[in-house]
Amino acid sequence: MTAVELAGITKRFPGVVANHDIHLTVRKGTVHALVGENGAGKSTLMKILYGMQKPDEGTIATDGEQVTFSSPADAIARGIGMVHQHFMLADNLTVLENVVLGSEKLYGIGARARRRIKEISERYGLGVRPDVLVEELGVAARQRVEILKVLYRGARTLILDEPTAVLVPQEVDALFDNLRELKSEGLSVIFISHKLGEVLSVADEITVIRRGTTVGTAVPAETTPRQLAELMVGSELPTPETAESTVTDRAVLTVDTLRLAAPGGKALLDDISFTIHAGEVLGIAGVEGNGQTELVDALIGLRHADSGTIRFLDQDITALPTRKRREQGVGYIPEDRHRHGLLLEAPLWENRILGHVTEKPNSKGVWLDPKGSQEDTRRIVETYDVRTPGIDVTAASLSGGNQQKLIVGREMSHKPRFLIAAHPTRGVDVGAQAAIWDHIREARREGLAVLLISADLDELIGLSDTLRVIYDGRLVADADPAAVTPEELGSAMTGAASGHLEHEEPPGDDGSGAGGAEDDDGSGAGGAEDGDGSGAGEAGGDGGPGAEKIPGDAGRGVDKTPGDAGSGAEGEAR
Amino acid sequence: MKKFDKERVLLAVAGPVIALAVAFVLSAIVLIASGKNPVEPFALMFEQAGFSDIQVLIVNQASMYYIAALAVAIGFRMNLFNIGVDGQYQLAAMTAAIVGAHADLPAALQIPLLLLTAVLTGAFWSGIAGVLKMTRGVSEVVATIMLNSIATAVIGYLWLPDVFGVKIGNNNTTGEMHESGWVPGIDMGAAGEIYGLVILAVVLGIGYWLVLNRTRFGFDLRASGASESAAAASGVNPKRMVLTAMLISGGLAGLAGLPILLGDTHTYSLNFPTGIGFLGIGIALLGRNSPVGIAFAALLWAWLDKASPELDFHGYDKEIAVIMQGLIVLAVVVSYEAVREWGLRRQQRRVGAELAAGHVLGATDNTEKEVAGR
Repeated sequence: MTAVELAGITKRFPGVVANHDIHLTVRKGTVHALVGENGAGKSTLMKILYGMQKPDEGTIATDGEQVTFSSPADAIARGIGMVHQHFMLADNLTVLENVVLGSEKLYGIGARARRRIKEISERYGLGVRPDVLVEELGVAARQRVEILKVLYRGARTLILDEPTAVLVPQEVDALFDNLRELKSEGLSVIFISHKLGEVLSVADEITVIRRGTTVGTAVPAETTPRQLAELMVGSELPTPETAESTVTDRAVLTVDTLRLAAPGGKALLDDISFTIHAGEVLGIAGVEGNGQTELVDALIGLRHADSGTIRFLDQDITALPTRKRREQGVGYIPEDRHRHGLLLEAPLWENRILGHVTEKPNSKGVWLDPKGSQEDTRRIVETYDVRTPGIDVTAASLSGGNQQKLIVGREMSHKPRFLIAAHPTRGVDVGAQAAIWDHIREARREGLAVLLISADLDELIGLSDTLRVIYDGRLVADADPAAVTPEELGSAMTGAASGHLEHEEPPGDDGSGAGGAEDDDGSGAGGAEDGDGSGAGEAGGDGGPGAEKIPGDAGRGVDKTPGDAGSGAEGEAR
Repeated sequence: MKKFDKERVLLAVAGPVIALAVAFVLSAIVLIASGKNPVEPFALMFEQAGFSDIQVLIVNQASMYYIAALAVAIGFRMNLFNIGVDGQYQLAAMTAAIVGAHADLPAALQIPLLLLTAVLTGAFWSGIAGVLKMTRGVSEVVATIMLNSIATAVIGYLWLPDVFGVKIGNNNTTGEMHESGWVPGIDMGAAGEIYGLVILAVVLGIGYWLVLNRTRFGFDLRASGASESAAAASGVNPKRMVLTAMLISGGLAGLAGLPILLGDTHTYSLNFPTGIGFLGIGIALLGRNSPVGIAFAALLWAWLDKASPELDFHGYDKEIAVIMQGLIVLAVVVSYEAVREWGLRRQQRRVGAELAAGHVLGATDNTEKEVAGR
């Protein structure tokens, strides 16, 4: 029996296709995982299933019956419930009040509702007490309240959007027990995640989605994380290989034992050290939420390090504000272009000024130079092939790829010495992707130092001269992009491997060990290979206690970077 | 490209025109509901606008509205809601009056001194809210409302005879200012005098436009208003920008009461006009924060104020003008948002259409299916 069947779902937003010909079949009494990189279109798909958005094409069927949803209320009426990644609970109300809120008609708001809540809680082992204030509950307990809320409304199919992102491992195990309980009672669960290990342990079936379309299904028993990663990341994209090495020995950016802590004292970044040379692209691989956002913020000056130093050329810029850093030649392609890279309702030429208001051709002294920047915007539009009818249209009216080309053009126009490129080709079509890669490569030949952060492992491996893996705010491993495979990187990204990653050698066994964190001559893999043997011990040590203590941080770290929400297909729609 | 420019003008005008039309219709409905002629009051008020003495009154009143609205508008441009313009201008007018009554420099020094006093007082008062927001995250709306209240109390204290007050009959005043601080008006003959500081209002309007649209600082301020996160990433220090904007807004607000103080009353008394700061909010909204738009809105408001007393002589209530002002503000908020969203969506569609007509990107969507774990 199928609980939910989606067939041929296509959803277009102006300029982007968020979902394209998606097929998804969820059987009753199973946990069905939906995996894919951020921005692959998972959230859009789930919004369609939950009635928040209407598909342009395709059909939805529940219990074998074709339906159309025009609002979440319709979806709830058909037994589909959603547990959002960000909880929707009122802190100063009790659990009971939160649960009945909005569905007072079901069981009233008094004794009957309380009985029903207890009944559901016991039946599925949720352990929810109805009369506690929500503010007194921890994250995991709140999540169970959210699940109960959905069940209370009569859901038979639950959508869980990245439910483990906010949980520590023990809580994850407890959640999975709950899910199995639900499953055994005949309910279905759609589990959205990009953590492959978890998916394999809890799911009965897996559907992989990439670039807005379903690229395959898998059965956990017959699948390894590597195969899944391959499917998720794909490998038939135009390969961004860099032909010859242009790495020089002139250090452009040197980061030394950088540490950044959350207000509570937890380290978001710890012991980060690396050097990027002129003409070098340093790629940072990692599952989103492991400190990449914080690292970028620290480098551009949006957050200031608690300890450690950042040197740019021959100057200590640790304490410099963002504008000074940008003036001195730090370019920035932000991860979330809508939040950090553009003024959506301003014309293109004003967006060309953004971030470089103190520099030519945008200003002369304290005065703006609209003529100059308009002229230069026309040049950028031509050189970088930004498809737009003019420079007076708002940035919001361009498609995501064209917005990104404008940003790349703007940053490159100021001849940066060091470029922070966070997901430079996310949500960008294949043609624009190749063009952006070309621009980065060209600047690199001219001596640009690049920090590349990407979720696309092919992009990382293809463009980078040196690779580091970030896990839980630390650089845990390094690799030679010429020798490493996406699968090897993938295992380090989940914290399973550390040290220097090399072919046919068990991870962590070769001498370099925690070279990623320690050794900052950074001249690529060569240097790391000769690393001292003592590193291995440290790397091993990291795996042990780290796994116990750090995951808490890792989980909450994700909380602060709602990757899926801000970026990706949904973001394009605006 | 020209097409888009024309479109922007159209969009800019559509909002206020729709709002005014709706407000007129609704006011007429109010009149009909109270059993009165819905057209005659407007005809009377339009007639008033033709009299030169009323015109002088309108211009004088509008100058103060204009400055107050600029003060509000500069806050709006970076998403700050300085609701405390009212307290800021009253306190500033009072300190200027006190300084004017006690210091006696030559006019060339005295007038700048009084202007500076008003600017600093206004900036100081709004700066309190700015510092609170910057350091403790206190909402500037709440802080400035509270400060309005405190300003009233401070004014009451300064009026005490043993502080700076001078009792004239039943009236509290700050004493007559020295004549060196009086700003001569522009003589319009029988129609009266236009305040000399009307020129200050014009200069401030030009300055406002220049600073916002033609300076780096103005760009940073507008960027902060459009997207705080993008502005921060571009190198704006968000906290400092909040404080700066609050200080400028308060400094401007401080000048709002001066045209009448230096041009007419020459003392700060119980009769001094109140509520200009609150009216300024509506005027800034109607004027879309643009210096030209605000000028029209200020004149419109002043016209409603100064033409409405005539209604009492014809059996209508002059409060119809107040109702109208309220309806305009309501209609403005709704129509601007509607027009803005409509315009944005329309442009997106048009850009999409133009590109589709030109060329389509070679998007080779990858639809190939694979199965893992074969």
